[in-house]
Amino acid sequence: MEGEGGNPEVPPDGILGDAEARPEEEGGTWGKHGFPHGSEQSERRSVIYEVFRQERKGQAFAHAGSVEAPNEAFAEPYAREQYGRRGESTALWVVPREAVHEIEDFADELGRNYHRVDGYPLKEKLGRARERAEASRAS
Amino acid sequence: MDPREQEFLDYVQSGGQVETDDWMPDDYRTKLIKFIEMHGNSELMGVLPEREWILRAPTLQRKLALTAKVQDEVGHSQLIYRVVEDLGKPREQCLADLISGKSKFHNVFHYPTKTWGDVGVIAWLVDAAAIISQKALLKCSYAPYARIMKKICWEESFHILHGRDVILTMMLGTDEQRELVQEALDRWWGPLMQFHGNPISRDEDPMYVWRIKSQGNEEARQQFLDGYVPQIWELGLTVPDPKLRKNEDGVWEYTEPDWDELKHVVTGHGPKTAERLELRRSTREETEWVRRAMLAEAA
Repeated sequence: MEGEGGNPEVPPDGILGDAEARPEEEGGTWGKHGFPHGSEQSERRSVIYEVFRQERKGQAFAHAGSVEAPNEAFAEPYAREQYGRRGESTALWVVPREAVHEIEDFADELGRNYHRVDGYPLKEKLGRARERAEASRAS
Repeated sequence: MDPREQEFLDYVQSGGQVETDDWMPDDYRTKLIKFIEMHGNSELMGVLPEREWILRAPTLQRKLALTAKVQDEVGHSQLIYRVVEDLGKPREQCLADLISGKSKFHNVFHYPTKTWGDVGVIAWLVDAAAIISQKALLKCSYAPYARIMKKICWEESFHILHGRDVILTMMLGTDEQRELVQEALDRWWGPLMQFHGNPISRDEDPMYVWRIKSQGNEEARQQFLDGYVPQIWELGLTVPDPKLRKNEDGVWEYTEPDWDELKHVVTGHGPKTAERLELRRSTREETEWVRRAMLAEAA
């Protein structure tokens, strides 16, 4: 990204050890964000907008942070300035926090492990099957 | 300590992270707000020493770079105040407490910027000292703060590049330019050595106990010395501390920083504290109509 035609301000990789942020980690994984509806103040005249950014075309959008703005018309330029001005995003989603519904309980009362990898203990069974095949060849 | 609080403490001490909606002890919330608010204040006040040089920057390129840095830092304060707001303290209150002197900001932003050399030293070394603290916050037990710190550290790394470039350009210039850098370093060394705070053991530091910070003050200072003193020396600059040296065991020895000065400055008695807070106050007053108009427009 440096040099001619690129952004001369982008530091070369590794110049600061681990000090650079890793944009690919920004936002973390889904389901860990805890959108804080509880701390909203009812008398607030502004709205909190959650901002999601896509780093490259084709990639998933990841939560980047939030901006506070009186309405969508203001939220857009704020989000552009905070999360897009260095070319770190190809697209942004700007969503009122109230529109985000978090689900974080994933109960599995019926033990439906056939939906999951741990429902298929192939390695152990394959081992036993091989032993059996070996034994029948030997006899 | 009640069992729920003890459980929370064990959780954060074993590397657990907390989200806004999670239960947290009042003491944790209070300490978080205090710490993060001071960080937000520092980003906001930190632009003022540099702002003084936007109109006096030596070239157009430098003027643009400095303006961009100021925009970055103000953007950081917006992000950080958002985190504080979600913890329960509104941004308006943070700004009011900053202006009235009730809350604090970092020592280095209470000092004057006498020459363009100061601008270089701030962007290079003050930002380097700050990035060491901020890097340690990437592991903060409060996850929303740790997450925004990634973007902040990423942008701070530009500032160090900008600062090094300013310093290297001056060191390649005339004797007078080199002298400006040395004088600025002499002025900033004291505040830089105070920056990471007194060497309180990390287990006695409540911010470490709650894992808001992930390293102790002295660790941060040693990391700063280790990373930057060799860079200072290689340019032919002198660090104004005759006792400064690296011992056989890899630990840097230095003259005891002036902790009284640190305390005096951060409690609002720095050489530029009153003037800069007054600028914040009057600017806030002058721009009140803009905020009113925007909210009316949006309503």
